[in-house]
Amino acid sequence: MKKILLVIIVFFLVLPLFVESRFWLGFWTTTLFFALLGQSWNILGGYGGQVSFGHAVFFGTGAYVSAVLQVRLGLDAWTSAAIAVAAGALVGAFIGALSFRYGLRGSYFALVTLAFAEVFRVLANAWDFTGSGFGMLVPMKPGAANLQFADRSWFYYAILLLVVLAYALTWRVERSRFGAYLLAIRENEDAARALGINAFRIKLAAITLSGAMAAMAGVFYIQYYLFVDSHVGYGPAMSVNALLAPLIGGAGTVLGPLIGAVALGSLAELTSLLLGKEPGVNLLAFGVLLLVILRFLPNGLMGLLRGRS
Amino acid sequence: MAVLEISDISKRFGGLLAVSQASLEVQAGRITGLIGPNGAGKTTLFAIIAGFARPDGGSVKFDGREITGMAPHRICRLGLVRTFQIVQPFGALSVRENIAVGSHLHERGRARALQEAEKIARQVGMQAQLDTPAQSLTIAGRKRLELARALATQPRLLLLDEVMAGLTPTEVNEIVAVIRSIRDAGVTILLIEHVMQAVMSLSDDVYVLNQGRIIAHGGPRDIASNAQVIEAYLGRRATHA
Repeated sequence: MKKILLVIIVFFLVLPLFVESRFWLGFWTTTLFFALLGQSWNILGGYGGQVSFGHAVFFGTGAYVSAVLQVRLGLDAWTSAAIAVAAGALVGAFIGALSFRYGLRGSYFALVTLAFAEVFRVLANAWDFTGSGFGMLVPMKPGAANLQFADRSWFYYAILLLVVLAYALTWRVERSRFGAYLLAIRENEDAARALGINAFRIKLAAITLSGAMAAMAGVFYIQYYLFVDSHVGYGPAMSVNALLAPLIGGAGTVLGPLIGAVALGSLAELTSLLLGKEPGVNLLAFGVLLLVILRFLPNGLMGLLRGRS
Repeated sequence: MAVLEISDISKRFGGLLAVSQASLEVQAGRITGLIGPNGAGKTTLFAIIAGFARPDGGSVKFDGREITGMAPHRICRLGLVRTFQIVQPFGALSVRENIAVGSHLHERGRARALQEAEKIARQVGMQAQLDTPAQSLTIAGRKRLELARALATQPRLLLLDEVMAGLTPTEVNEIVAVIRSIRDAGVTILLIEHVMQAVMSLSDDVYVLNQGRIIAHGGPRDIASNAQVIEAYLGRRATHA
């Protein structure tokens, strides 16, 4: 296992040296971005079994808070990033406190998260302070102090660092009491409570951590693209992206979201190569892939690897 | 000394009075049996004791402390743990991981909790299945796992809800021996059981619940010859037919 991890990390470290086109560097940067977003979903949904359909609410909060603080209040990018991640955690704790306090589980919880994301989308779209329908544009000022890089490979290494940190944290969680409690709650919440687990607190901790991690992905997004609007930030597409990678790669496993993100990214490129860049074609391919995975590999691509070893 | 005192517990589900002013005491270091026909309210009473249901009246005291309506995880932390009649394994987790969830109550470290789980598994005779996923265990295995997980929390009072139902006579004998050894290790036990022979041989004290009421209390021998109990189980003899 450790060897595989080392190989993966070395692969990603040396990748920019071999990738010459700006296109492929961008491909791997966005793939790692989806791997980060997917891991945030995975902590709550994969390990904790609390399936969210509205993870965009955390992602969008990260992107928007960072953008608003930089543009409207003139804060520097680093401070804005830190506050944005904290805001993601706070939104997570808020939604968690409300829905878990009232015992929402399964599809009810999923619908509530979706509803929150929609409410945030409508608000961001209506409020002038968040740029309303125009969205937020962060002025381009390359420099480490602004977390913007003229050399695109710096963005690649930045997201790689975030992914390594997030995955190391998840790895730690998996081997801790907190992780064991999350799995117990996912498998059977009543039995977990009978064994002394404060299910509310554990789920609250998971959604807070998940919210912070998704907001971190949002912070990266805004620094990379310098633009966010309500559809990108809080729209259902981002929520679907957050859950697709872990579901296809293997929910409740550390490497699942990464493997899923690579599979999805490759599939998207393959379809646009074969079928042209018609909008929606890649989504169709994602849907087919998801159906096939759910039918034949309920544990995702990781299940395939584990079954072989 | 009474570890558990239940006084005048009532629970109503709509028009059905599931438990009606039931009172009982569980003495420290003993095995107390709770028997009664199907639908007598035994499992409901267990749910109330362990905090999974709130009674409409009455009180539950554990070690002299009022625990009525307390959350299940808090009651468990005080040293009172229940098993479920309909087994509730953590299906995707191995036997070892299942038991370790219980061990974690007093052991933060993952490695040590897993180690302790092995010890508990040996105690209930599951050492050969440590790496088996709980979902592929037989019914007997799952019942043992319920017991093992509960035991791993190091309770002072163990509530066992029909851990013998659906087992073969050999399996019943095995689990009876396990339960005795748990009692001998100093854990007080309250058990609901249908397998009459097992209850009678295990219990130091027996309560009979019928239609939500406690109708008899005594040693196993007294209960077996109690006219009211026989009537509850077998019906009334038609004397003037």
